[in-house]
Amino acid sequence: MSDIIINVQNVSKSFGGVQANTNVTMQVETGGITGLIGPNGSGKTTLFNSIVGYHPIDGGSIQFEGQEISKLPVQQIARRGLLRTFQQTRIYGAMNGIENMLISLPHRKMKIWDALKTYTREDYERADHLLEFVGLYEKRMLKSGDLSFGQQKLLEFAMALMNEPTCLLLDEPTAGINPTLINGLIDRLKRANTEFGITLFVIEHNMRVIMNMAETIYCLAHGELLAQGTPDEIQNDQRVIDAYLGAH
Amino acid sequence: MAKNKTILYAAILAFTFIAPFAFPAFGTQLATLWLMIIVALTWDMTGGQMGYNSLGNIFFYGTGMYVAALISIGMVYDIGDYTNAAGGGIYKFTDLQYFGGLALGVLGAGLFCSVVAVVIGYLTFGLRGPYFAIGTLGVAIAAGELVSNWDWVGGGQGIALPVYPGDLDTGKIFFYFLFAAVGVSTFLFAKWLYGTRFGAAINAIRDDEEKADAMGIHTLRYKLYTWAMAAFFVGLAGGISAFQLIHFEPLESAYQTINLGIFMVVCVLLGGKGTLWGPVIGAILFHLFKEVTWNYLLGWQWVALGALIVVTVVYFQDGVMGYLMHRYPELFGIKVDEKTREEVA
Repeated sequence: MSDIIINVQNVSKSFGGVQANTNVTMQVETGGITGLIGPNGSGKTTLFNSIVGYHPIDGGSIQFEGQEISKLPVQQIARRGLLRTFQQTRIYGAMNGIENMLISLPHRKMKIWDALKTYTREDYERADHLLEFVGLYEKRMLKSGDLSFGQQKLLEFAMALMNEPTCLLLDEPTAGINPTLINGLIDRLKRANTEFGITLFVIEHNMRVIMNMAETIYCLAHGELLAQGTPDEIQNDQRVIDAYLGAH
Repeated sequence: MAKNKTILYAAILAFTFIAPFAFPAFGTQLATLWLMIIVALTWDMTGGQMGYNSLGNIFFYGTGMYVAALISIGMVYDIGDYTNAAGGGIYKFTDLQYFGGLALGVLGAGLFCSVVAVVIGYLTFGLRGPYFAIGTLGVAIAAGELVSNWDWVGGGQGIALPVYPGDLDTGKIFFYFLFAAVGVSTFLFAKWLYGTRFGAAINAIRDDEEKADAMGIHTLRYKLYTWAMAAFFVGLAGGISAFQLIHFEPLESAYQTINLGIFMVVCVLLGGKGTLWGPVIGAILFHLFKEVTWNYLLGWQWVALGALIVVTVVYFQDGVMGYLMHRYPELFGIKVDEKTREEVA
């Protein structure tokens, strides 16, 4: 079990009468890229929120690196190195790109006296490097709120990398991004995985993207796990096709 | 640019030293101006930089007054006797007792307020936006009422401290320089703090606390530390005020929520929230406005003040610095995309 980084066991979550997740069980392998797909409203983002601690789950267990995290608050989970990006991007809009990056330095690795230091040259270099990595170096001095939605998404991704997570949960990283840039983004996500060694768990609607990236894919429908397998298996799974076409 | 800044700082510092001698008639006014600058700067630490608008910072001012007074009295006399005998017994302080008590009292006030800020912050930082403002206001009001019913600290009568030993004009200058020293320290402290990772983290809390949480920033810890730092300086200022005023009582001078408690917020709004210079500029403008209206519009001064607040809040939310930053972003090193600028214009 040591190569399982996130272990979700029989997780259920309902909001009032709406059963968002029912007995969902899935595993994310350490060091890999795992995909999560499903039609709109199938409970993907709810599951993400459950994993990172945004709301308590009704039942089941969520383990990160072998430890139960389903009862921990958001910050504590984030400080263990499990980070997420948002479907509606969240960046600090009033600040410029560099400032956004610098704020994202991993505070979990800082003692209070480290926090009382000014930023070092290495911090700036790292910020520049990662901004260049996502292709925002030219725009780094602009107010982030003025960037396009796609660029903000890239910035949020860069901020997540700045935080040096062990595992990154990405909620629709390509939504709103110019189709011509998507290939570049796939490449960057893959490089984040191989070069920085970050485990990725990705919600994605764009089938081309997820099929090209993920090694294992889970498909949710109506809050339940519908199918799991390699991209090939999922693509040819009649239940998945039905769910997406609305036959389910 | 750096040279210009050095000259500017030197000029301000020189003016700080000369002012009480150049304008002897305004000694107390200038001291009060520094008090305004201190409370505005510290209010901006949480309100402007961290996005937590406290209406209860006056609590630390009042508590600072009481703690400083009680420490300086308690070192020489029994506090119960002293406050009980208000108007009766005669209590004398030697120079050493006076200045020693003042130094320890003021420092103790700062430290005590810091600790209390952590405790109150722990209870109130779960509140957001207007709820935090009202929650902290409640703390300040409740504290005033509690203290005014606490006989051991003088109850509603307050406490009368010994008068400055020596020439009273020298005393005025003495208190001016005490306030100025705390004011300059507060400014330099804030300037340094906002340049650190800590400063960036509290800005992150202001801009999007949920995101800051999700990035693993120790949000509660940073909020508590920031408020404790602000409370320290407000406590110092309160302590000095206690000795400057000589006599103070709980509701009108110590926990004066509707006066200084609101003034500090108005100062910051007027000058520009979330900027280093905004609170200073705001405090100066506000103090000028207040003194002018109190002198020449007597009877209407509160109306004028209310009008100022309304105009600031409705038409001038970003304050002087915010306006300048918006109008001349280049001066502040802010780069604006040409396209967006055209859209704005």
